[in-house]
Amino acid sequence: MRAIDTISGAVSVLRRDNVDTDQIIPKQFLKRVERTGFGQFLFYDWAREPGWELPRNPILLAGRNFGCGSSREHAPWALEDYGFRAIIAPSFADIFRANCTKIGLLPVALPEEACAAIAAAGRAEIDLAAQEVRWPGGSARFEIDADTKHRLLNGLDDIALTLEQEAAIAAYERERERHGPVTTAL
Amino acid sequence: MPRTLLDKIWEAHEVAPGLLYIDLHLVHEVTSPQAFDGLRLAGRRVRRPDRTLATADHNVPTDGTPVAARIRDELSRVQVQTLERNCAEFGIPLYTLGSERQGIVHVIGPELGLTQPGMTIVCGDSHTATHGAFGALAFGVGTSEVEHVLATQCLVQAKPRAMRIRYQGRLGYGVGAKDLILATIGQLGVDAAVGHVVEYAGEAISSLSMEGRMTVCNMTIEAGGRAGMVAPDERTFEWVMGRPGAPAELPEEWHQLHSDEGARFDREVVIDAGAISPMVTWGTNPAMVAPVTEAVPEPTSEQDQRALEYMGLEPGTPIEEIRLDRVFIGSCTNSRIGDLRAAAEVVRGRRVASGVYAMVVPGSQQVKAQAEREGLDEVFRRAGFDWRGAGCSMCLGMNPDVAAPRERVASTSNRNFEGRQGRGARTHLVSPEMAAAAAIAGRFVDIRSWEPATAAAGVRA
Repeated sequence: MRAIDTISGAVSVLRRDNVDTDQIIPKQFLKRVERTGFGQFLFYDWAREPGWELPRNPILLAGRNFGCGSSREHAPWALEDYGFRAIIAPSFADIFRANCTKIGLLPVALPEEACAAIAAAGRAEIDLAAQEVRWPGGSARFEIDADTKHRLLNGLDDIALTLEQEAAIAAYERERERHGPVTTAL
Repeated sequence: MPRTLLDKIWEAHEVAPGLLYIDLHLVHEVTSPQAFDGLRLAGRRVRRPDRTLATADHNVPTDGTPVAARIRDELSRVQVQTLERNCAEFGIPLYTLGSERQGIVHVIGPELGLTQPGMTIVCGDSHTATHGAFGALAFGVGTSEVEHVLATQCLVQAKPRAMRIRYQGRLGYGVGAKDLILATIGQLGVDAAVGHVVEYAGEAISSLSMEGRMTVCNMTIEAGGRAGMVAPDERTFEWVMGRPGAPAELPEEWHQLHSDEGARFDREVVIDAGAISPMVTWGTNPAMVAPVTEAVPEPTSEQDQRALEYMGLEPGTPIEEIRLDRVFIGSCTNSRIGDLRAAAEVVRGRRVASGVYAMVVPGSQQVKAQAEREGLDEVFRRAGFDWRGAGCSMCLGMNPDVAAPRERVASTSNRNFEGRQGRGARTHLVSPEMAAAAAIAGRFVDIRSWEPATAAAGVRA
């Protein structure tokens, strides 16, 4: 995963609330066993409707509860492959938000008014270290979990970090692990 | 200090702050191939194959295709065969096509007795919330997290907030678990539980069967909650014990798995269970729902307007006048033996309306076998239903079971999103009984006014 510092540039605006992952990447594209190449299928059905426009910019500005529904990580993969490096929205669905942070696609939750101002400005700069979004005429601070921020700023591999806690995991398994069920003994 | 059920399970599984030990990891073919690739690339192994179980479900044709090699759709075949190869390479037990234990991952976990009170369970699927019906902490994860759990048996996770939905009173005649959860989502909204684990409580919950509790917890994600749970009780213990994965003796600590008196929840909601009617969704998310006795509402937002256009519905149309093309009884929400028994009682001695295609898809091979032992397959077949093999089927159309554009479907599944059941397909979410009645009548009917076939036709069913 590449490290994130500052993400800046033009903003693509998708002002719809409760956009679900079935819209972001429809089911027929989940059959692929690769992790790449999903960008061409982003919003597959909506992209075929008249008047649809979603320029390939670094930042996507979306509506409330963005990414609700299925846990498919194919949704962040498609958004990232399309060119987005950050998504700003009033709120995100939990699993989608977690999935984004795992691949270095930065989810930024801001109040509705800030989102509207950014949409109007058409450009923004997201400073992860300072937890601040700046745009022509305004700025706003955003919240992000400290561990996630550290990982994103340094482009760290989650699994490698956890494996550093091998002693604690082994101790848990020795002393506290639940007795069964054992899937290999059915 | 009084603790919630969430507190108790969380504390018992915290390896280090923010690192949670996972007792059971369920795997299926769609969200795992890239995770196994990641392991191979990094030269990592699966830490606990004995805490991991895989099945093929999303891509599985429900026409009795006996082995993966015979799946006609190439991409589907490759995906299932990839799972088979990965499980063989990493030593993970797998129930694939041809196994008598194959089925929807959220049906087979409980059925095999692997889902037990007090556990942490994850799966690369948002409906993992289902397993919370047993008093487990169970939630969906993405593929990166699947890889993380395969490699470490742990998950990096900040503790979610606790929410309790307490139901007052009892559900009325003909009103079930599906209506309860649809009404709840309709009342609270699709993002009401974001950031929360939801504990369902009250007499309307404790009086539900285990199947009913699974239906409720399953749809927690449709209200934004990553996990739903119900405190285990005697009914839970009785359901679990004796199954292949269950312990030989009832663990004493299972009796402690409930929120203590006075435990603090970050959010509490009270809902009147007695006021809930049989529900039917009219829009393109599960919160767009109305009692069957009402009409399609006037749109109050751009999103409503778009939903009505997609669904081809006029505001003011009585729900009972909506005619169907297809009926689907199945999915991880409603495909268990209790669901099929309830639907069979509705259709016994009747015929599917002309012009309607109706299908029943048992959630697992074991549910299918049980239903056939009870003769339910015959009840459905005689009524004109298609009796299928186990899988996710038309819940999400990753297999040959899809609806055509503009086809209107009464479905016992969990999502009525645009295109979910097929491009342009129009999904109405309902309970198994409501779906069964809709198949017979060709339109939605209030199940509370449904007469037994003996009275209606003057014959003994």
